[in-house]
Amino acid sequence: MIESNFALPLAVLLPLVGGLIAALSARYKRSAPVWCAMLATLAVLVLLIPAMPKVFAGETLIQSWVWIPNIGLDFAFRLDGLSLLFTLMILVIGLLVILYTRVYLSENDSPGRFFGCFLLFMSSMLGVVLSENLLLLVVFWEMTSLSSFLLISFWQYREDARQGARMALAITAMGGLALLGGVLLTGEMVGSYNLTEVLAAGDVIRAHPWYVPTLILILLGVFTKSAQFPFHFWLPHAMAAPTPVSAYLHSATMVKAGIFLLARLFPAFSGSHEWLWIVSTIGMLTLLLGAFTALFKHDLKGLLAYSTISHLGLITLLFGLGTQLAAVAAIFHIINHATFKASLFMVVGIIDHESGTRDMRKLNGLLKHMPHVAVLAIIAAAAMAGVPLLNGFLSKEMFFDQAIVASRGSAWALAIPVLATLGAIFSVAYSLRFVHDVFFNGEPVNLPRTPHEPPTSMRIPVDFLVIICLVVGILPALTVGPILAVAVEATLQGSPPPYSLAIWHGFNVPLLMSALALLGGFLVYCVRRHLFAWHEKFLEKIDARFVYNSAIESLQRLATALTRWFDRGSLQHMLGWTLGVAALLGFAGFYSAKAPLFGNRELMKYDPVALIAFGGLILASISTVVLHRKRMISLIMLGVVGLLVSLGFAKLSAPDLALTQLSVEIVTVVLLMLTLFFLPQYSPPPSSSWRIGRDAVWAIGLGCGAAILTLAVLTRDLLPISDYFLKNSVPGGGGKNVVNVILVDFRGYDTLGEIVVLALAGLGIYAMLRDVRLNVSMTDLEGRPWSREFQSPILQNVSQLLFPLIFLIAAFIFLRGHNLPGGGFIAGLIASLAIVLQYLGNGVEWTDARLRIDMHHLIAGGLFFAIGTGLVAMALGYPFLTSAFTYLNWPIVGKFEIASAMMFDLGVFLVVIGSTVMILVQLGKLNLLQAVPSKRPGGDN
Amino acid sequence: MEILVAISVGVMTSCGVFLVLRSSTFTVVVGLTLLSYAVNVFLLSMGRLKVGAPAIIDPAAEQYADPLPQALVLTAIVIAFGMTAFVIVLALKARGELGNDHVDGRDFTRNKEEGS
Repeated sequence: MIESNFALPLAVLLPLVGGLIAALSARYKRSAPVWCAMLATLAVLVLLIPAMPKVFAGETLIQSWVWIPNIGLDFAFRLDGLSLLFTLMILVIGLLVILYTRVYLSENDSPGRFFGCFLLFMSSMLGVVLSENLLLLVVFWEMTSLSSFLLISFWQYREDARQGARMALAITAMGGLALLGGVLLTGEMVGSYNLTEVLAAGDVIRAHPWYVPTLILILLGVFTKSAQFPFHFWLPHAMAAPTPVSAYLHSATMVKAGIFLLARLFPAFSGSHEWLWIVSTIGMLTLLLGAFTALFKHDLKGLLAYSTISHLGLITLLFGLGTQLAAVAAIFHIINHATFKASLFMVVGIIDHESGTRDMRKLNGLLKHMPHVAVLAIIAAAAMAGVPLLNGFLSKEMFFDQAIVASRGSAWALAIPVLATLGAIFSVAYSLRFVHDVFFNGEPVNLPRTPHEPPTSMRIPVDFLVIICLVVGILPALTVGPILAVAVEATLQGSPPPYSLAIWHGFNVPLLMSALALLGGFLVYCVRRHLFAWHEKFLEKIDARFVYNSAIESLQRLATALTRWFDRGSLQHMLGWTLGVAALLGFAGFYSAKAPLFGNRELMKYDPVALIAFGGLILASISTVVLHRKRMISLIMLGVVGLLVSLGFAKLSAPDLALTQLSVEIVTVVLLMLTLFFLPQYSPPPSSSWRIGRDAVWAIGLGCGAAILTLAVLTRDLLPISDYFLKNSVPGGGGKNVVNVILVDFRGYDTLGEIVVLALAGLGIYAMLRDVRLNVSMTDLEGRPWSREFQSPILQNVSQLLFPLIFLIAAFIFLRGHNLPGGGFIAGLIASLAIVLQYLGNGVEWTDARLRIDMHHLIAGGLFFAIGTGLVAMALGYPFLTSAFTYLNWPIVGKFEIASAMMFDLGVFLVVIGSTVMILVQLGKLNLLQAVPSKRPGGDN
Repeated sequence: MEILVAISVGVMTSCGVFLVLRSSTFTVVVGLTLLSYAVNVFLLSMGRLKVGAPAIIDPAAEQYADPLPQALVLTAIVIAFGMTAFVIVLALKARGELGNDHVDGRDFTRNKEEGS
């Protein structure tokens, strides 16, 4: 056997891989998934055998790899007594359940899906119990929730299965979220997420001010997972799952995950008043509620579900009491409950399978039909009731003993043994009902099938578990002693207290309580008919599911109403909200700032020209708004604003911006002018004055905010981060125009992204305009047809003359861009203007015939150049888009700098030309396509 | 000068926001363009205002304008153009599909047209 150092992660991952294979193998052979599942489970067992002696010797195995160190997440696993106990339960009961399921699944059920999910669950469960890192544990914890969802909803066609699975997921995932919060807080308190540190830091945790919130969050995770009151109601509904799933998940493993965590964190969190009160109160409530309700369930699985809730409550209560001996009893009961409850679930599965129902009002007198199963069920149920010589008796005695110890604390605590006995009475009563109603009590009523003994492979797992119940009950110290001892040691993180596993402790109070419980349970069962009637009359209607459903429904209604209120299917409305909230948030920012609004930087003097330009800008902006219903004039005003802005850029030492703005301005106005033709000529009716008022308030508010913010910045001193660029522009980038060097060199990546966006916009527009049909009026508003003679001879001649000249200018601007204002963007825009001018002057057909370049190719070529430059740098071993430059001596020009960034800029140049021309020409061509005479009458103004 | 720039930004923002909230697509696009002017000037002013100090390396120059906001604004101008074009064509497409140019596709003119 390999003495491997990664046995633990392998043990967790093996079932995962096995599950995948099982799911895939089903299509080749129907029985393959079963063998896959069995092999995977056995393999994990074998893998862990070498580690077991060490654990029994008291060692803690930790196998750890750093995963994401900056959040404290290690890929760390831990095997100590407690995790070994749970691992064995998961694997052994898992193996039995797999054997059992082989026959249980019907022809219509997909074994691949079942065993795939089953092994996924097994893997996550092993992950939970073997994790050393708490964050890792939370990940596996969530995986158990998800995989159990898949298993509960295995019969997807059944509505109750789907609902039960959803409910289980909603509750346990909510708890998982709380647990994550608790774990994060724990990590913050301790400084590590690793259990070794956390378990050693109990004093730090308990003294920390965050202790109580952390405890509550973690307990939320525990209580939801382990079906504790008031989250218990998901468990009975999860019984819609196939019975093997219930036997595995809802008796031995998943619901025990919460209990496991309680045990795991016991040294770190127990020992405070909060722990004592919260955990033991919830445990006691759950114990009583589960035991009481179980008696009234006519469905066998319902009875077992509530019984499970009750037993989980018992274990929680024991941990809540907080003493070391109570922890021993709790762990002992975990083992015992897993054995007898799993076997009982399997018995129920057999009964259901062989008789076709689980209703105890129909099932009677099965003893003579299936005597072997009856014997098994009687023993397991007796163990559940706590009958002597069975394992349940031993842990229940320990529980009674601890209840008495706890009662010495205060007058209130006297209630603990009394309530414990009460719970035990009901426990005996429902166990009795399980046995008597099903196997005795007359003859079966209207069974769908005639019951008979089950197939061997369904019975053997039950045989095995019931034998364990017996052997542990008779010879506890020999059988369960060693594993219990190491598990307790690991739970307490110290040497276990002295305890005795003997069957006979003499005549004492716990024995008296046991006797009382047996007698009381018998009496309660005798008067069951009256109790059932009373229950039906008063309590039948009380079901936490209704509360849950109405809570979920009202949540959905609230969400819908809220969404409807904001989103009324109107973009205008939503935009109003967005801008309004932006305004409010902005002003809240001003309001909450502590610093004075304006700084005391010395302001610049303004000159008359600036004042005139300013006046023009304000006037043009306001005219754009006032005249917005006259679109043409509004557009011209917009052009004026753009021009003045570009003048402003020129004034404020940004010549590149001025050039770019100027050329973009021209292109934009041409573009908008073109679209104006296709839009309806009439304006929509003016908005209501209320609306105008509201919009004006938003607009003025946001405008004031923007102005104040600008002034607030401008009156403060500057701490620029651009010194690096100024210093390195010439030595590093080989260019004197820093703005251009930033664009094509320092931040070349950004520019690449940007031209890609531009290319996409161009292509997107091309795609959108390809098959658009616009119903364009062929007359103006007065009913006069449009003039068809659009070619002006002057424009025609001048444009042709200008074409080479403009291109020359573009080339000049392009080449000088690295050192003086200019560059690919501006040159590209200028060149596209030259082309657009041809279209305007000479018409589409004339220009298309002469301009043989497909703009798509131009865009592709541009991107190719830009990316290629970057790739060349990579090929030479530099990061993507690293620039290089050198100086050449040209004959006439003299010393000339040539930089690889220039190739990049060429790419930019080409993409800009391609996109711009494509956009404009596509719109222009639309004009031709739509040129079908329409008989629509003119406008209506 | 700073006050003039701040007021310009404010006025352009106000006008842009008001137009963006109108119902016809063309007006919204005009509003967006105005807003993008405002944002560009705002961005440029983050490098503070300087006159006669372009960021072109020159041994004789005493100071330079901050080149970083300028580079940002330059890209912003070109992107804004691409987006304006895209949005206006989207508006055309909507006009083709829905038969009107209301931002929410509401055809408030139908009754009117039938009446005329």
